[in-house]
Amino acid sequence: MAAAAKAGEATLRHAFGNVLSFFILLLIGVLAFSIRLFSVIKYESVIHEFDPYFNYRVTQFLTKNGIYDFWNWFDDRTWYPLGRVIGGTVYPGLTLTAGTIWWLLNSLNIPLSVETVCVFTAPIFSAFASWATYLLTKEVKGAGAGLTAAALLAMVPSYISRSVAGSYDNEAVAIFALIITFYLYIKTLNTGSLFYATLNAIAYFYMVCSWGGYTFIINLIPMHVLLCIVTGRYSSRLYIAYAPLVVLGTLLAALVPVVGFNAVMTSEHFASFLVFIILHVVALVYYIKGILSPKMFKVAVTLVVSVGLVVCCAVIAILVALVASSPTKGWSGRSLSLLDPTYASKYIPIIASVSEHQPPTWPSYFMDINVLAFLVPAGIIACFLPLSDASSFVVLYIVTSVYFSGVMVRLMLVFAPAACIMSGIALSQAFDVFTRSIKFQLLRILGFSEADAGDGSSANVVPENDAVKVDKSEETIKERPSRKNKKKEKEQMEKAQAEKTSAKSKTEKRLLVLPMELSVIGLLLLVFMGAFYVVHCVWAAAEAYSAPSIVLTSYTHEGLHVFDDFREAYAWLRHNTEVDDKVASWWDYGYQTTAMANRTVIVDNNTWNNTHIATVGTAMSSPEKAAWEIFNSLDVKYVLVVFGGLVGYPSDDINKFLWMVRIGGGVFPHIKEPDYLVGLLLLFVETDGKGFDRVRRTEIGKKYFKLTHFEEVRQS
Amino acid sequence: MGVRRKMALRFDLIIFTILLFASPVLSDLILSKVDRRIDLTSQIVRITSTLKVENEGSEPVSEVLLAFPDLQVKDLALLKASPHEGKGKVKSLSASLPVENVKPNGMPAALTFYAVKLPKALGKGDSYTFDVLAVFAHALRPFPEKITQADIQLVVFQESAFYLTPYVVKVQSLSVKLPESRIESYTKLENTKIHGSEIKYGPYENLPSFSYSPIVVHFESNQPFAVAQEVVREIEISHWGNVQVTEHYKLVHGGAQNKGEFSRLDYQARPTIRGASAFKYLIAKMPPRVHSVYYRDEIGNISTSNLWGDSKKTELLIEPRYPLFGGWRTAFTIGYGLPLKDFLFELEGNRFLNITFGSPMNELVIDNLIVKVVLPEGSGDISVSAPFPVNQWEETKLSHLDLTGRPVVVLQKTNVVPEHNQFFQVYYKFSKLSMLREPFMLIFGFFSLFVAGIVYMHVDMSISKSSAAYLARLQWDEVQAAIQQVENVINRCLTTHDKLEASLRDLSRTGDVQACKAARKAADGLLKELSKELKLVLSFLQSSSAASQILPKVEELVAKEKDLQEKVMAKHSTVVDCYEKKTGIRDSENRVAAQQQKITALRQEVENLLELIDEI
Repeated sequence: MAAAAKAGEATLRHAFGNVLSFFILLLIGVLAFSIRLFSVIKYESVIHEFDPYFNYRVTQFLTKNGIYDFWNWFDDRTWYPLGRVIGGTVYPGLTLTAGTIWWLLNSLNIPLSVETVCVFTAPIFSAFASWATYLLTKEVKGAGAGLTAAALLAMVPSYISRSVAGSYDNEAVAIFALIITFYLYIKTLNTGSLFYATLNAIAYFYMVCSWGGYTFIINLIPMHVLLCIVTGRYSSRLYIAYAPLVVLGTLLAALVPVVGFNAVMTSEHFASFLVFIILHVVALVYYIKGILSPKMFKVAVTLVVSVGLVVCCAVIAILVALVASSPTKGWSGRSLSLLDPTYASKYIPIIASVSEHQPPTWPSYFMDINVLAFLVPAGIIACFLPLSDASSFVVLYIVTSVYFSGVMVRLMLVFAPAACIMSGIALSQAFDVFTRSIKFQLLRILGFSEADAGDGSSANVVPENDAVKVDKSEETIKERPSRKNKKKEKEQMEKAQAEKTSAKSKTEKRLLVLPMELSVIGLLLLVFMGAFYVVHCVWAAAEAYSAPSIVLTSYTHEGLHVFDDFREAYAWLRHNTEVDDKVASWWDYGYQTTAMANRTVIVDNNTWNNTHIATVGTAMSSPEKAAWEIFNSLDVKYVLVVFGGLVGYPSDDINKFLWMVRIGGGVFPHIKEPDYLVGLLLLFVETDGKGFDRVRRTEIGKKYFKLTHFEEVRQS
Repeated sequence: MGVRRKMALRFDLIIFTILLFASPVLSDLILSKVDRRIDLTSQIVRITSTLKVENEGSEPVSEVLLAFPDLQVKDLALLKASPHEGKGKVKSLSASLPVENVKPNGMPAALTFYAVKLPKALGKGDSYTFDVLAVFAHALRPFPEKITQADIQLVVFQESAFYLTPYVVKVQSLSVKLPESRIESYTKLENTKIHGSEIKYGPYENLPSFSYSPIVVHFESNQPFAVAQEVVREIEISHWGNVQVTEHYKLVHGGAQNKGEFSRLDYQARPTIRGASAFKYLIAKMPPRVHSVYYRDEIGNISTSNLWGDSKKTELLIEPRYPLFGGWRTAFTIGYGLPLKDFLFELEGNRFLNITFGSPMNELVIDNLIVKVVLPEGSGDISVSAPFPVNQWEETKLSHLDLTGRPVVVLQKTNVVPEHNQFFQVYYKFSKLSMLREPFMLIFGFFSLFVAGIVYMHVDMSISKSSAAYLARLQWDEVQAAIQQVENVINRCLTTHDKLEASLRDLSRTGDVQACKAARKAADGLLKELSKELKLVLSFLQSSSAASQILPKVEELVAKEKDLQEKVMAKHSTVVDCYEKKTGIRDSENRVAAQQQKITALRQEVENLLELIDEI
């Protein structure tokens, strides 16, 4: 009964709620940014790992030479003697983003270096991503779930692993683009506004610019549209949400040089066009249904179906024939290995050799999403109560991404936002139920005698009331397009707020009331679980994912030891060799060599030419004379090999040696894998004085051999 | 070795031919005593000569000429003359004698002359003693030129055993100090002695002018041959209390080239033997109270450095990423902050910066040093006073939040040795108010951002004020306000009902009928007012077309509320009646229970309606 008095302060409470959620969001942004700074504090502000070095180098080129030179950049420092057309083969989103930030800051006379901007791009975009998650989840299940999901995403370890400060990789901005695209899709679906549809296409364009993972969007959204059509949820809003996206999105995607005509030619995009056609057919059917009488309609259907089936069969036959004529069925290697997990290991060893393309183990799920794994099922259930267009989309999103993450470790990254959204929904619903129960019980304890009377009568009212509510909310959604956008947003906030404020009155209506003790315990357990999640995330950010991998540290009894040997070697190459010298190394070190040592490399981490990599692999696994001949034919002056036996660095070239043999053997059949398995340690060792290999804990078989054709320039 | 010898001989031949043609007709000065000490303990060659000049002629002389072969002059980094003050006394810098390059007539062509101005002219028979310090940067030549990792580094130095001068020298001696006692070879003349790591030539007496006798010393020197090909020092003044110094080094090992391989393993095992010629670290002597020191290169921080200090000085030990062997290069940047009050002073309204010129590194030869002094934005009247000649120009630099850019004074000098590490001054004018410009800019920026936000929220941005959509929106806003009002009124009604209920409860507890009646009266009055208010709003809603959708709901709400009101009143009166008439309580309870059920149902409906309307 006290609820009635409160309603008068509704507007004040709205304002207060808005300010509160604004500050919570701000804090979430700060959290997302600052949790990723462990690497800078523990190590230094430096670019991490391999790919980020390439992106950094491209950004440097962009800021130095401008956008036009960037599009036309032919890089002769890599893939010698072939070179690489960088402008046409990179996803430019990340580079352009960082370049723009740098340009903006410098035009404001804030002289930050390109490196600093690159290092901090990923944390900044993680903050953006958590805000986007808030928006998306709010569209699905209200502001409370939105805030929870945003907070979860801000510190989910899976995402942290790819976006710590210095991890300047495509994924850093792509996850933001992915979520914002989904948000705009849902927003359009809820409002039917063409404005949001256009924004959606632009967000999709940004995603295409940023990451090859955009194909996930362009397959997931059609799947959802199809789902809506099949379940009879077709509406004009669905049409507006989808049709402009396909048309505008495809046109925009084709503008990105690396995608180009792939946007219409490859099988990855096929589903979107098929659904586009289906959607139009369905729209036509609904239209005709509207203007014809039911009887006439039946006649028309039989006529159209019989003719249409024939035409469809013909078209599909042609399509199948076309697709089947290409060797990979129109799919790229990476996509195929997603659909058939065994494909890569069978046919493309170079994709299989990358550790992030392996399927994940169960512990890695726990490591990467932690307690979210348990909350996800609850979230899925919550999405079905009641099922709306938006919540069905989220369910579809999580189901598909679970599959993809099961195929490749790397795609855990796509799964993480879905898991956060689901867990956010689950958590907020659970909190809702528990706190409501507690509140209700408290009221009863405090002695409102009418409560039980109300409770008795509410049994009849509740279901009816809920049903009315759902209908009503759909109604409001339908009438929204006529109004202005800003207004709508406000209204929605109000609606969400009203729901909150009226929660108190609802306590008396719903039967969903748990006993006091149970809800308190449940609440405590939830809080405990949340605390565990936070502790785990901070630990993961601080210990597991912050190492830049070019600087290694180890703790010994004397204290902290820093191994900076990679940079030492690169710095030596940079300062003490001729500018045009060619350096051969296994492809892992290609990007770093070009970026840090500024020397021409034979192969690098962009594994576009399998033959070339196989040549280097062959040289690495051949006897000295043969290897010398191969390297000489490639004008190589220096060969960089990494041996971790002395300091105990496990991922050195001996560990990668089997892949060199495998990849080399894939192209040059005289390299056979079984030949190397026995004598591996005999073949590839360095003159370690003590002859003891700390990584493999074995004595090196053959010591003190002489190199006749190669000259050791330096060890570091 | 043979090649080097030959070259040295050819060099000597040239000198001797010069001597044949030269006819020393000069003033009547003689050098009564020349004492030379050559310090070869580091890569920098320092020759200190103590000269005692005597005027034997009749005319007063105020200039003494110093002669150097051209081949030496190109390595000459510094030439300084100062009055001789005997041993053990601290030399004051200000007392140095002016030295300038001159080209006297009739002198041999392959020699360069410098004139030292004496403090006062020497009359007949007068004598004057002064010291000349000549510092040479690249005078030591490695020989052999290429060595392996395991070899020691040998260098060659050549000079004349006799002091090369246009004057007659009466007595002279020379001592050469070497870093280590291992000497490969040296030229033996008469009166040559060797004491450990020191070689002594002389004394020689009564030698004519331009006497020359070449000596060559070939010895071991594993001192760091650290040569910076270019150093850019940027000194940035912030009047907020900091002088930021950033130094970019391009370093090379200037000694014998390393040939063959470098084995880290050997080096790590026995660094003094397998890498004697390499240098591992450099030490920079910095001013005290230095802070925020960093050491990095273009690919990141370099973790091998060490900093310690006390109140007198701070020492920074930096190791390059790899030990530098002969011919190896590296590049790095160090930066540090200094407290402003130690280096910036005020003088008659002018400010001046007083800071050292050269690099703080020990025994570092800099081929090309560029010092940039970045003054705060808005400084003017800039002038520089340096203790030695430097090239100088001005630039502007745009940095944090600058509008016009900061004036930059650039000083450039080649062949810099540690002796150049002297204080220089930059004078300028700067008004304190300019300091506040940037904070105000920030404040203004944020202020205008917020103002823009406020304006945007309050300004009607619609393009057409007469369009149907715009009018509809306005109307809708009004309707919403009205509905809000309706809700308010209803809520107040409901609270009044609550009050009535409460009064009933009080009644059952206390039995105070009068109080209950009073409550009833108050409630009646209030409800009447409220219903009036409601009527007004309702009439507005009925007239508005935009409200047509929501109107039925509102009307239903109002009707329900009225119903509820009546029911509550009825219940109230029944209960009160019961109490007044003292009828059976059981009976009354039965009647009330029926009413109560209706009331609860009605109330539920009203609340549901309220919520519904709220959602719309």
